Amino acid sequence: MANNKFLIGVYNDEDTILHAVSDVRGGGVNIHEVYTPYAIHGMDQALGYKRASMGVAAFLFGITGTALAFLLTFWTLGFDWPMNIGGKNFIPFPTNIPIVFELTVLLASYGMAFTFFVMEGLGPTTKPVIFDQRITDDKFVMAIDLSKNKDSEKNITEILSKSGAVEVNVKEV
Amino acid sequence: MQVVSPIREKLVTGGKTYHNVTEDICKQVEGEPTKEWKIAFGVALLVFAYGGYWVGRTWWQGLGVWGLNKTVGWAWDITNFVWWVGIGHAGTLISAILLLFRQKWRTSINRAAEAMTIFAVLCAGSFIFFHMGRPWLAYWALPIPNTFGSLWVNFNSPLVWDVFAISTYLSVSVLFWYIGLIPDLATIRDRATGIRKTIYGALSFGWTGGARAWARYEDVSLILAGLSTPLVLSVHTIVSFDFATSVIPGWHTTIFPPYFVAGAIFSGFAMVQNLMLITRVVFKMEDYITIEHISLMNKVITITGSIVGVAYITEFFIAAYSGVQYESYAFINRATGPLWWSYAMMMTCNVLSPQIFWFKALRENIVVSFVIAVVVNIGMWFERFVIIVTSLHRDYLPSSWTYFTPRMGDIGDYLFTFGLFFTCFLLFAKFLPVINMAEVKAVLKTSSEDKK
Repeated sequence: MANNKFLIGVYNDEDTILHAVSDVRGGGVNIHEVYTPYAIHGMDQALGYKRASMGVAAFLFGITGTALAFLLTFWTLGFDWPMNIGGKNFIPFPTNIPIVFELTVLLASYGMAFTFFVMEGLGPTTKPVIFDQRITDDKFVMAIDLSKNKDSEKNITEILSKSGAVEVNVKEV
Repeated sequence: MQVVSPIREKLVTGGKTYHNVTEDICKQVEGEPTKEWKIAFGVALLVFAYGGYWVGRTWWQGLGVWGLNKTVGWAWDITNFVWWVGIGHAGTLISAILLLFRQKWRTSINRAAEAMTIFAVLCAGSFIFFHMGRPWLAYWALPIPNTFGSLWVNFNSPLVWDVFAISTYLSVSVLFWYIGLIPDLATIRDRATGIRKTIYGALSFGWTGGARAWARYEDVSLILAGLSTPLVLSVHTIVSFDFATSVIPGWHTTIFPPYFVAGAIFSGFAMVQNLMLITRVVFKMEDYITIEHISLMNKVITITGSIVGVAYITEFFIAAYSGVQYESYAFINRATGPLWWSYAMMMTCNVLSPQIFWFKALRENIVVSFVIAVVVNIGMWFERFVIIVTSLHRDYLPSSWTYFTPRMGDIGDYLFTFGLFFTCFLLFAKFLPVINMAEVKAVLKTSSEDKK
């Protein structure tokens, strides 16, 4: 994003910006992203994003954990070094359940979290593009990439102000 | 006919704006440490150091510094281990189970409760290392083939399950806690300058608060809550298996898993109540941690205390009903034997004391809540002591019957974990936001007609 010009609409309230998103999109303006201090339910639908489906990652990693845990317990106690414990089966299914469960949960949670970090490009060395310092405090911000909109800067500014923005700033990133 | 449903009571009082929330909570992180904090931290470090001396002696001299004898081979070490693990459970309960139940009041207390979970599990884990005697061989508990061949750990053993359960629980709790911290660390980053900006910048992972990120973040939190809920139940279930799968009368009872989990929630909520009340006063958080929070916590304490009480009585009934004389004797000895006083402590502290919370005035009284929370934690320590020691000290051979008396090694190692716990907790309270700002902001408004 070298030297792209952004219009930054700043709002004071979650409901105002939620309605503003529909108004602005209705006006044919392409929204780059909306930044808020906390999660606003319904914002992703209003912006037309696909439903977040982190559960798929959790399931895939979880099932991998299950498989690995079965493999580990069955192979070690059943084949690599069969251990006779109280004359019981070499592959005792029920007693392996706790291990299988724990590894499933461990891989599912960490796998999902890392998927999330990778998808969002989050990490200790990430240099974020911050459109407004007050986003993490009390302002709700709509960023509009001018290069992706045919409409003129003046028209979009007007649409933003009309939708309830208290400030409209220009920022180059 | 038109029905107007009542609007819920506000969760945060004092007419706070979003900016007020940021200010109130960041103030603790950004300002100089207060005098109270410095004194508390100094005391915690002293206890930590004194306990550290005893841990050193435990490893240098061996477990002989403890009061164990040939009949009672397990006493304070496992008691303290189970006690700390139990305390840890409340954090996950508040952050995960109450999230699934959409209990919005949890937002003011979940951060501190989760931090408490992590530190309590660390304390619990340290008893495993004390008990090993040779902590440098701790990796023997891990499933790696040993150097003498390819002999593996015994996956049928509840102690190996414990290794998996506790380490998974610690890892997942840290992850859940950290993901919850990311947006708040970004808030601190955006207010900070200089080196602090660099540190909090790295810690906040470059969070910007974009809508797509928030949508996925919410999804991740919900699924983590869904995964942590069975996890937390499994952890104390597996801890109870350490006893329940044994052949010792008084230990091998099938009631243990649910009974241990209820007890864990009970003692954990009591500990959260204590820490919450201290935080409320020291950090002046009266608008965030309200009387309503205290009252709700007390209700959970009363319910879980009563569940535990029912479990105690059920154990007695089953021991009598089983017709096994060893089993019956274990329980008669528990209540009337030489350690009757610990049984009496357990019954009074755990079953009777929380019943006073049926009175609204007492439930909403801060001093009473604090005292009862301490009493409950003493009672829960005695519960584990009663289960462990009274079942062991009179075994099958009357000539080897003994009594258990703790020695300085037991006390010193226990003090070590207190030092560790409070040192960690005070560092957390100073350098990280004690209340989840993003989540509190989300529940500030009870109706979309309010404007902030």
